[in-house]
Amino acid sequence: MLIKLTGGKVYDPANGVDGEVRDIFIENGRIVSPSPDAKIAHEYPLHGRVIMAGGIDPHTHIGGGKVNIARTLLPEDHIGHEMAATDITRPATGRAIPSTLDAGYRYAEMGYTAAFEPAMLASNARQTHMEMGDTPIVDKGGFVMLGSDDFFLRQLAGKTDFSAIKDYIAWTMHAAQAIAVKVVNPGGISAFKFNQRQLDLDEQHTFYGVTPRDIILTLARGLQELGVVHPVHVHGCNLGVPGGVETTLATIKAAEGLPVHLTHIQFHSYGTEGDLKFSSGAARVAEAVNANKNISVDVGQVMFGQTCTISGDAMRQFVTSRSADPKKWVVMDIECDAGCGVVPFKYRDKSFVNALQWAIGLELFLLVNDPWRLFLTTDHPNGGPFTCYPHLIRLLMDKSFRQDAMQTINQDALKYSTLASLDREYTLYEIAIMTRAGPARSLGLMDRGHLGVGACADITVYEDNPDREAMFAKPELLFKNGEVIVRNGRIVKVVNGATHVARPHYDRSIEKSLKKYFDNYQTVRMENFRLSDDEIVNNGRGSLIIQPTKARVA
Amino acid sequence: MACDDLDIGPSGSGGLKVLKNGCAISRSGFERPLIEPSPQIDGKDVPLSEAIAAAAKLIRESRLPVFGGLGTDVDGMRAVMPLAERSGGVVDHALSGDAYRNLRVFQTSGYLTTSLTEARNRADLFIIAGGDVHKTHPRFFERIVCNDESMFAKTPAKRTVIFLGEGLDESAVKGDRIGEVLTLACKPDCIGEIVDAMRALAKGASIPAETIGGLPRSAVEDLLARCKAASYGVMVWLPSSLNFPNADLTIQAINEFIKELNLTQRFAGLSLGGSEGSTTVNAVCTWQSGFPLRVSFASGKADYDPNRYDASRMIAAKETDLLIWLASFTEALNPPDTDVPMIVLGTPHLTLKRTPKVYIPIGTPGVDQDGTIVRVDSVVSLPLRKLRQSNLPTAQNVLASIEAAL
Repeated sequence: MLIKLTGGKVYDPANGVDGEVRDIFIENGRIVSPSPDAKIAHEYPLHGRVIMAGGIDPHTHIGGGKVNIARTLLPEDHIGHEMAATDITRPATGRAIPSTLDAGYRYAEMGYTAAFEPAMLASNARQTHMEMGDTPIVDKGGFVMLGSDDFFLRQLAGKTDFSAIKDYIAWTMHAAQAIAVKVVNPGGISAFKFNQRQLDLDEQHTFYGVTPRDIILTLARGLQELGVVHPVHVHGCNLGVPGGVETTLATIKAAEGLPVHLTHIQFHSYGTEGDLKFSSGAARVAEAVNANKNISVDVGQVMFGQTCTISGDAMRQFVTSRSADPKKWVVMDIECDAGCGVVPFKYRDKSFVNALQWAIGLELFLLVNDPWRLFLTTDHPNGGPFTCYPHLIRLLMDKSFRQDAMQTINQDALKYSTLASLDREYTLYEIAIMTRAGPARSLGLMDRGHLGVGACADITVYEDNPDREAMFAKPELLFKNGEVIVRNGRIVKVVNGATHVARPHYDRSIEKSLKKYFDNYQTVRMENFRLSDDEIVNNGRGSLIIQPTKARVA
Repeated sequence: MACDDLDIGPSGSGGLKVLKNGCAISRSGFERPLIEPSPQIDGKDVPLSEAIAAAAKLIRESRLPVFGGLGTDVDGMRAVMPLAERSGGVVDHALSGDAYRNLRVFQTSGYLTTSLTEARNRADLFIIAGGDVHKTHPRFFERIVCNDESMFAKTPAKRTVIFLGEGLDESAVKGDRIGEVLTLACKPDCIGEIVDAMRALAKGASIPAETIGGLPRSAVEDLLARCKAASYGVMVWLPSSLNFPNADLTIQAINEFIKELNLTQRFAGLSLGGSEGSTTVNAVCTWQSGFPLRVSFASGKADYDPNRYDASRMIAAKETDLLIWLASFTEALNPPDTDVPMIVLGTPHLTLKRTPKVYIPIGTPGVDQDGTIVRVDSVVSLPLRKLRQSNLPTAQNVLASIEAAL
């Protein structure tokens, strides 16, 4: 059945299309170029509407043990935010830590068609995928965490042959059904278990003797040589620490030109100027990002209000627990693999620190020149829930709206940021890059994030409303695989999304040392640690999309 | 604990036998003979399709069905949830009472905990607070405490194991790895006082009393000194054993003590609960509904109230007109003795004191069918595999058929 979307203004940066009026044709879930005499089965007249590919969130904590801990910890986050079932949707509860159902529905209603869980513990991957499997409509994927797991640290400390390290990275991606690899506070989660309280870039892990620099470089080089498209996804050392900007700048240098993605850099861009020894380092970070084309970033924008911070960074979250609001928190050491920390947090616009965090995030957005290397995130829910994106987009696109917002926050904070001097307004084309084309390219999603022939027909249609918040909050239409899922911001059909994975090559002989390691030290067998395809497919609950990797080097 | 190192083979008489690494619980589960009774309505054998239709009719006509027991795995609970939602029911596990001793603490002040592999490799001090781990988690000591190997030393330091409670079985704590084994005899409801006293002492308070929680003050001071000296201490508690009024305050005392120790050193808690799939079922309920168990869908929305939607309370108070009891693991999870009309989906080995309106025997995940279960520490989940040919239907298939027939 051939479907025609007629007359919309198309923003498709991957194909260089900037607001041109174009028709789009869909057949069997794909964008096609039909023969001129092909019969149109259904036409959507979309004159004056804005058309983009479905949104892609490359960093959002939507599933896994720590998210469920947060849901359990904060029932009050959900009370008053319960959605009743409809004929097609199930009851859902939402806000900062939504139920899986709610996350899927809300993303779709906002015009998003994919969301990636960036902190999947290999030891918790099965549950992460089960939760993502119960997240309807959107496609998803997980970044598996490495770098504080003892197998890797033993390899590094023992100066294991680099190809065996690569085998382990690739094996773990297969075992956890991951599309990318994340490192969180490199080595620091493990160091905390040995009672180290900080681990700066060149500080040695007290037991293994390795440094975060070693870990980042090994993973960066390993992933590049394995041909994995998304570079190592780095949650750096010293998250949230005043002065952390120095570590961030040093980390950019430490990458030695290798591709590295620095995540939620807002939390890593704090200086130490001023009476409160807390200031913006955004300008320096943006300058370094602009100068180093090997670096990509996402922001982790802070939005005011109640949220819950959820992180694998047990070391830093234990410190943050002093500021827990409400006063309750959970920290865990996990399986000689990783850890987690769940700390509720309230960002207040009148607080100097929180207002400055907000300003730093916006500064980064406005000062980093290349939207292909900067992705729009709030590090959901750490900076704020993903449902804030439309508001955030308006802050970026509408200078007077931003200036009005600046009037309402702690005014002292603005003295330590350059935000007031920034005039930039994002264009729709740039928004389409940051929320679609850029993440798709970075993650290696071949047929997503663009509207060229052959692309998956994940398409969002917006009213061209000058109030960009209203526009992005409620798309007129959302197509997922060519089917209408959302009409005027309401879900009209529920489907199951797929799971994106990447499968770099590895030498199976790595399983000999892994098996020994599991048998001696772990409490599950290697065979059960590994997640099978069937567990994700689960009789049609899910499906797998294996994204290509480049050829492995050595 | 979801031990996945068992060797299970044919028993020689048509059934299964645990050949290696078994425990009382796994042997009784896996070695149960296969029986495949017929589904019943009011005690009379009927085909499965009739039983499903009758169950659907009862649920349709119920004003407030309660889905209780809930001894099931991930996919079983995934089928319970939409059925409860569509029928406006309440979901609660039979062992939620134990779980809520923990959850109340979790939801008011939080935790600092560890997981099984971490404890196994890292801990140099274990304190077992108040429960007979032996009975509920028979292989805990063998696998987590008495293991010879540690990742962090060729010859790991000897472990100290301290039992805090009364009448606790120490016999499983043995082997080269174990150093001192101590018992500090106290009543379970005194553990909170002892731990609170340690917390106060650690902060520099002086306690003049000669005894604390029934222990000499010197014993409490010694216990604190051992905690302070540990490089990685683990305090284990069993929510099922801390069964006295306001026991959640004891669990809170344990966790607050642990959190404060971590200001200068490392120490972690480890709760051992989770029998009959309760950890699993609570996890699924939490991610799907946004709330832990004890959720009602009567209004069409998820309504969370851990006191009001306590299934055993609702049954006793006759606030429900239909109990759907699901018990696919052990034969111990028998339905309550109540005259509330009942639909039972259970392993054929249950003892039913009263004849349910509808009875549908179902298979056991990990024996009769594949499945997935979340382990006691809520971190690791494990696949369960079908081990024998059986005609017993799965809970999820039966529940989905009932939902389709609503």
